[in-house]
Amino acid sequence: MMTNPSNRLTQGQFSFLPDLTDAQITAQIKYALKNGWAIGVEYTDDPHPRNVYWEMFGMPMFDLKDPAGILMEINNCRKTFPNHYVRVTAFDSTPGWETPRMSYIVNRPKTEPGFGLVRQEGDGRRIHYTVHSYATDKPETERY
Amino acid sequence: MATHTMKGKERYKSGVIPYKQMGYWEPDYKPKDTDVIALFRITPQPGVDADEAAAAVAGESSTATWTVVWTDRLTACELYRAKAFHIDQVPNTGEGTKVEAQYFAYIAYDIDLFEPGSIANLTASIIGNVFGFKAVKALRLEDMRIPVAYLKTFQGPATGIVVERERLDKFGRPLLGATTKPKLGLSGRNYGRVVYEALKGGLDFVKDDENINSQPFMHWRDRFLYCMEAVNRASAASGEVKGHYLNVTAGTMEDMYERAEFAKSLGSLIVMIDLVIGYTAIQSMAKWARKNDMILHLHRAGNSTYSRQKNHGMNFRVICKWMRMAGVDHIHAGTVVGKLEGDPLMIKGFYDTLRDSRTPKSLEHGLFFEQDWASLNRVMPVASGGIHAGQMHQLIHYLGEDVVLQFGGGTIGHPMGIQAGATANRVALEAMILARNEGRDYLKEGPEILDAAAKGCSPLRAALDTWKDITFNYDSTDTADFVPTATPSV
Repeated sequence: MMTNPSNRLTQGQFSFLPDLTDAQITAQIKYALKNGWAIGVEYTDDPHPRNVYWEMFGMPMFDLKDPAGILMEINNCRKTFPNHYVRVTAFDSTPGWETPRMSYIVNRPKTEPGFGLVRQEGDGRRIHYTVHSYATDKPETERY
Repeated sequence: MATHTMKGKERYKSGVIPYKQMGYWEPDYKPKDTDVIALFRITPQPGVDADEAAAAVAGESSTATWTVVWTDRLTACELYRAKAFHIDQVPNTGEGTKVEAQYFAYIAYDIDLFEPGSIANLTASIIGNVFGFKAVKALRLEDMRIPVAYLKTFQGPATGIVVERERLDKFGRPLLGATTKPKLGLSGRNYGRVVYEALKGGLDFVKDDENINSQPFMHWRDRFLYCMEAVNRASAASGEVKGHYLNVTAGTMEDMYERAEFAKSLGSLIVMIDLVIGYTAIQSMAKWARKNDMILHLHRAGNSTYSRQKNHGMNFRVICKWMRMAGVDHIHAGTVVGKLEGDPLMIKGFYDTLRDSRTPKSLEHGLFFEQDWASLNRVMPVASGGIHAGQMHQLIHYLGEDVVLQFGGGTIGHPMGIQAGATANRVALEAMILARNEGRDYLKEGPEILDAAAKGCSPLRAALDTWKDITFNYDSTDTADFVPTATPSV
């Protein structure tokens, strides 16, 4: 179990709050749509903080403007990968941004073993640190 | 004596003639797109006309000296003369008011007066000699329009808001920070404890203070080593990218590079410098940061010595512009609600200057010119000083989401400890962003939103109870000239 104050992985915008309900997720979808952002759903079983490229559950939904339809895609992903991390990302294509503007976790494994810190002692008192995810000791798809 | 602009033989006769007649006052001049334009607030000495004072400022900040020199005629001197081309009396000054007459003077400078990519050279002209000039009683640089052609000679922010967020993997909410307290006296080991607790509790960044360099109680290498242990421990505990602004400010550039290299070798993603190291040192560190994938935080140490008084010095918005050109990624730019100087309208002007790709002219925010930022990266403003979780709705309303909110006392001073303080801030932040995105009137409903979030978070409850009555209601000294009444700090 992770020992931080929320006892869980705290990436994303809302990990310190109770899990979002479908109604709350829908409100966030509407906010992204109002800003003209495209929503993408991604999942992973490797939540290392530097693992940028989670698997895409299809391409970002550039042309889908219906919050209910987007929520359905999110829920499809959660059903397909009930024991993975699932995040919702909103992509902004306007000049000068062209980057994610929202990102929040909507699904997580039942148990989250977290990360260990591997220290490699170097010259002087220098230490090289490696953040190691316990789950990734097992092969892909068998981690949680 | 004639009042026209003199030409030819008459102009270059040895002796002293008014600046106006030397060619520094040109009311018909139409600034070129490539001109640098500076706006000064001038308080002339008694008996000096406003246009002569403006011409004198133009002269002394460009080619003039006190007397006529024939050697001007060896040059394209008309090109190199700065030209005062417009003056306005400042509202609510002069006869019938309590303040002596002040004037806004618009002065245009040809781009070839300035070395490409050098803040030092730009400032040596614009604020070099002229502020001590006797013909003006007081002088303040209020704003500048930097032409795109000149901006393109600057690197700009080493990282910028977009790339910083991508590296941190943090989107759609303000970042959270805290400055380690007490500022001075902690050993490296004890210092790192504060960093670890705050990051593990939920903050994204912890920060060295401006005067933490390498003192007898804690030498810099010790601090760097213990802080990086804390950063990595907290990163493993949370699964998030975390950082600590390691202050590399030192007595020489060589020392700063040495410290920055050590920070890099330990895996830090951010280093920090103080404004007092000087413009050239800042530009050097910005180049180093770009080359080494490092975010560069700037603490604006010292700025209030010249930015706070309304009649003399320079406005902080000009510092914002120069620092965006010089290439820093973070700069402290005011909180509105905290303990340090800051009028809400003025601070919006600073924040827009740092973050927008184009800022329109907006006199109520103190922006005298439209400014196209020519694709220079955006700078992340930092709000620090006397803010706490109970103000979260106001902070997000005034400052937006691209900002680092730094709760130093508001984290470390929490009655249940540092981790709890950090958690209170993070929960308050996430609850308020959630509510904002849901379309709620979060500014009005802020206290209820926080109360509701505190039901599931006892640290937030304790924070709200501890600091509920803390506000800093003093009038700002640096306020807009173009609103009917000065806006009080909230």
